[in-house]
Amino acid sequence: MADSTPSGGMLWLPTASLWRREVVSFLRQRSRVVGALGTPVVFWVLIGSGLGRSFRMPDGSGGGVESHYLEYAYPGTLALIVLFTAIFAMISIIEDRKVGFMQAVIASPASRLAIVLGKVLGSTTLAVGQSLLFLVLAPIAGVHLTVASVLALTCVLVLVSLGLSGLGFLVAWPMESTQGFHAIMNLALMPMWLLSGAFFPASGASRWLAVIMAVNPLTYGVTALRHALYLGSNQPVQAAASPWVAILVTIVFTAATIGFSVFAVVRNR
Amino acid sequence: MNTPAVELDSLNHRYGDRLALNDVSLTVRPGCIFALLGPNGGGKTTLFKILATLMTPTSGSARIDGADVVSQQRAVRERIGVVFQKPSLDVYLTVAENMRHQGNFYGQSGEKLRLRSGELLERFGVADRANDRVKALSGGLQRRVELAKSLLHRPRVLILDEPSTGLDPGARVGLTDYLVELRDKDGVTSLLTTHLMDEADRCDVVGVIDQGRLVAQGSPAELKAMIGGDVITIHAADPDSLAKRTSQRFGTQADVMDGVVRIERPKGHEFVPDLIEAFPGEIESVTVGKPTLEDVFQHVTGHRLWDENSSASNGGGKKHG
Repeated sequence: MADSTPSGGMLWLPTASLWRREVVSFLRQRSRVVGALGTPVVFWVLIGSGLGRSFRMPDGSGGGVESHYLEYAYPGTLALIVLFTAIFAMISIIEDRKVGFMQAVIASPASRLAIVLGKVLGSTTLAVGQSLLFLVLAPIAGVHLTVASVLALTCVLVLVSLGLSGLGFLVAWPMESTQGFHAIMNLALMPMWLLSGAFFPASGASRWLAVIMAVNPLTYGVTALRHALYLGSNQPVQAAASPWVAILVTIVFTAATIGFSVFAVVRNR
Repeated sequence: MNTPAVELDSLNHRYGDRLALNDVSLTVRPGCIFALLGPNGGGKTTLFKILATLMTPTSGSARIDGADVVSQQRAVRERIGVVFQKPSLDVYLTVAENMRHQGNFYGQSGEKLRLRSGELLERFGVADRANDRVKALSGGLQRRVELAKSLLHRPRVLILDEPSTGLDPGARVGLTDYLVELRDKDGVTSLLTTHLMDEADRCDVVGVIDQGRLVAQGSPAELKAMIGGDVITIHAADPDSLAKRTSQRFGTQADVMDGVVRIERPKGHEFVPDLIEAFPGEIESVTVGKPTLEDVFQHVTGHRLWDENSSASNGGGKKHG
């Protein structure tokens, strides 16, 4: 009996089921909707407005003009929406597993891959949905969206969301309590975002920070978002890497987090 | 038919230094309601987790309906229905939605699943609440949905961890009635863990588990017969001294548990007058009763089921549960 090989019915059906549950439960909890989308937007507006006048791009541009910083921080805010959504989804894993819905999933014959995919795809759907809503505010940032840039952004957002949700899953799965997750969130996930070029570019940072930023996988996610945002426009892009490098690194990161997540679920009993 | 529903062979489980299950061997025949009775931390939850394929035992083997819980996980998962102690319903979803998800995890979908779900909700008296959010249901009704949900894929064996947690006595009786109905109509075997005597009393076979060991097993009647006769309990101002003098005078074993003198003796009613005459004025009250499972537990373990010391000294099961 090949216990580990998922047969069709035990993979896609449970995956779809978990995905639907993730989305429906989310929409029925107003506080989560507000928290995941509202927090990054408030961050963006407050920090953008507060820091905007003193922020100066390393090339000397942008100083004293509020809207330039709002524009600079815009792709990073998309990444923050994705990160927050992933974090919310993953906190629910910790809660659900000891007391709640996931117990029954784990005891069922559903493929272990379905457990990861259902959760990660659900979180990705929510993250991308909210990010696309945030695009409504693009004109405030002074970003001109085109059909091409929105399509490219959507693709990159899916990729970044899969990666961050996978990372969240990997971190949350072995956790005993949500307190531990909060510690990781503050000590690892938020710094990961702060040092991704979302907040400030590596070129203006001190040497050691620039090194961390260069090895931070999220730097490439934010860079890919930045490139996608300006696709088709002839505006110069303040980016840490070329679009293809950024996308390649993000793909590798995503595959790794999801792969390790499946491994963790199969192994960890 | 001859394959045991559950078969444990020298099962051991360790959490670090602590032995949570100590050489447990056990056979549950098909079509039986088996209660695993013991204090919290006694090893019940560990055993439940191993049987539900949520944990791998340190050594020994466990088979359900012939399938090994370690090497044939998938087969075991298809054969068992699992009812958790903690709720496993999504409270933001409706009853019917929860049922549909559960079916999906077992590869069921469409009209067939819908019909099966409706049939079970009907059977457990919650069909009229199918479209209500689980949040709106009482604890008792939620339990019934949990049970209905675990039966969607027609499991041969039901494994229930403290299924009556949070239920009032009436609802507890109702739960066992459902298990009896499942046994009689569908031939479903149930294995449940409990620390409640009244619940264990309604099961076909009771296994007493304490500090990781299976210390006794049999039907409730068989277990009670281990205590030859009646149980006499005496409340007195100075129970220790009274117990000592009773032992000396009548040559019978008298123990003190929680400030109460306890004597096991055949024809207890004939003994009571002698006892009262022997210690005039010292005895506040005497009761004579047929042994209960609580008495059996005390008889085989030497301590009470709710004894604070016993659950504190091996209370790790709770942490891991």
